[in-house]
Amino acid sequence: MRDMPTELSPVPWAHTPAAAPVLETRGLGFVAGGRSLIRGIDLGIRPGRRTVIMGANGAGKSLLLRLMHGLIRPTKGEVLWRGAPLDRTARDAQAMVFQRPVMLRRSVRANLRFALSVRGFAGAERAEREMQALEQARLQDLAHRPARVLSGGEQQRLALARALATAPEILFLDEPTASLDPASTKAVEDLVARAHASGVTVVMVTHDLGQARRLADDVIFLHEGTIAEAGPASVLLTAPRSGPARAWIDGRLYLDDRKS
Amino acid sequence: MQSEHGILAAALGLILSGDADLIEIVVLSLRVTLSAVLLSCVIGLPLGAAVGAWRFPGRGLIAVVLNALMGLPPVVVGLAVYLMLSAAGPFGPLRLLYTPSAMIIAQTILVTPIVAALTRQAVEDMDREYSEQFASLGVGPMRRLSALLWDARIGLLTVALAGFGRAVAEVGAVMIVGGNINHVTRVMTTTIALETSKGNLQLALALGVVLLMLALIVNAGVMAVRGVSARAAHA
Ligand SMILES: Nc1ncnc2c1ncn2[C@@H]1O[C@H](COP(=O)(O)OP(=O)(O)OP(=O)(O)O)[C@@H](O)[C@H]1O
Ligand SMILES: [Mg+2]
Repeated sequence: MRDMPTELSPVPWAHTPAAAPVLETRGLGFVAGGRSLIRGIDLGIRPGRRTVIMGANGAGKSLLLRLMHGLIRPTKGEVLWRGAPLDRTARDAQAMVFQRPVMLRRSVRANLRFALSVRGFAGAERAEREMQALEQARLQDLAHRPARVLSGGEQQRLALARALATAPEILFLDEPTASLDPASTKAVEDLVARAHASGVTVVMVTHDLGQARRLADDVIFLHEGTIAEAGPASVLLTAPRSGPARAWIDGRLYLDDRKS
Repeated sequence: MQSEHGILAAALGLILSGDADLIEIVVLSLRVTLSAVLLSCVIGLPLGAAVGAWRFPGRGLIAVVLNALMGLPPVVVGLAVYLMLSAAGPFGPLRLLYTPSAMIIAQTILVTPIVAALTRQAVEDMDREYSEQFASLGVGPMRRLSALLWDARIGLLTVALAGFGRAVAEVGAVMIVGGNINHVTRVMTTTIALETSKGNLQLALALGVVLLMLALIVNAGVMAVRGVSARAAHA
């Protein structure tokens, strides 16, 4: 993936091929239950770009996201944040929104406050960020509701606003709109677009081809734990070369020779 | 011998007239039990939360031991506390035997494992749900503990009520270490036992009624808390 072709990008510092990846994986492997679930993944996430990860159910997308975010340790290879192993600095620079949002048993606002406190925000700045996040997610009216009574779409918006409130450099999203209606999907995509416009690097898993077309700068296509194909969205989403990606884009079922 | 009907009427008369002896006994019972439950929560909540939220060697063993201690036989606890506090025991010089303090100690020993074990379970279940979010944010061990305790607060209220229910109805341990001394260590359960054996059924029955009402109130409390929790999507 080091040789991932580049193209013109709206983010000024990312348009040169020299833009060093902010996050890299080297020979990444993950084995569990005797199965090799992630195998030999080398990739680089470049700053300010939106990388979309696609692939079939069970391809290893969520695992890859968790490995990159440091939630699980690779059994092989390594993840590098700005050239160094993941540490506290990397943790504070990253945020993740899970496929099923995890809401604390507190009010909407207290959920924001908790995340901000953990990341060291306090006092007036924290209050300011809480208000901003509520406004961005259009949840002002629900600020004092228990977060867990919100609808799925509202919770997803809150989860995203909570992640963004901590001012991450990189944002991981695991199918953030998987169970949302079109209006909620649009709201989430708008938040992502806004974060990207303000310089946040985005790594997102999605099954939604339309969403990938709307949001992706780069695409990584996973197949059975390895990268089947990676490249700029303009290429990969129109003229994919690998079998699995081509079948996906064409809307066909890709059945592996070894399996069928 | 009075008719059963007459005894019940006399017992209710004692309650309604605010009989001084009865009130003294009820107040001492509540003082001992509430003190013991408070102490048990002070020890058991952080202990249970730590075992439920932190990963450390021996954690599984502690969880098993806590669960086993929930079933401690009260008379054995009473005997052990008696031996510790008796004149010849290591804490003899404190002269605590046959005082309300001795009863509080015995009840605390009985209730703390209940609070700790139920807290551990509640916190561990919640931690399973929260752990990835916490890891993602980088939540440290102390904040993890306090956040889980706070988020489990409604469930923990029912834990405290369960501890209260066990302590207030307990008789064996407080009988041994308290001695059931009139005006000093006489609580509801020990009085019921004594007065019944003496054939003084009015007072025994009156205290029985009070104890039953307390049990009802505790159960109503648990149900109310569950209702609140469901409405606030706390489950
Ligand atoms: N901790 C684990 N232990 C064992 N197997 C696991 C573990 N985590 C994931 N797997 C397996 O690894 C494979 C990839 O899982 P992953 O969640 O990454 O898939 P995915 O690409 O995100 O799929 P989906 O599109 O359904 O979300 C699956 O077969 C899953 O069962
Ligand atoms: Mg997944």
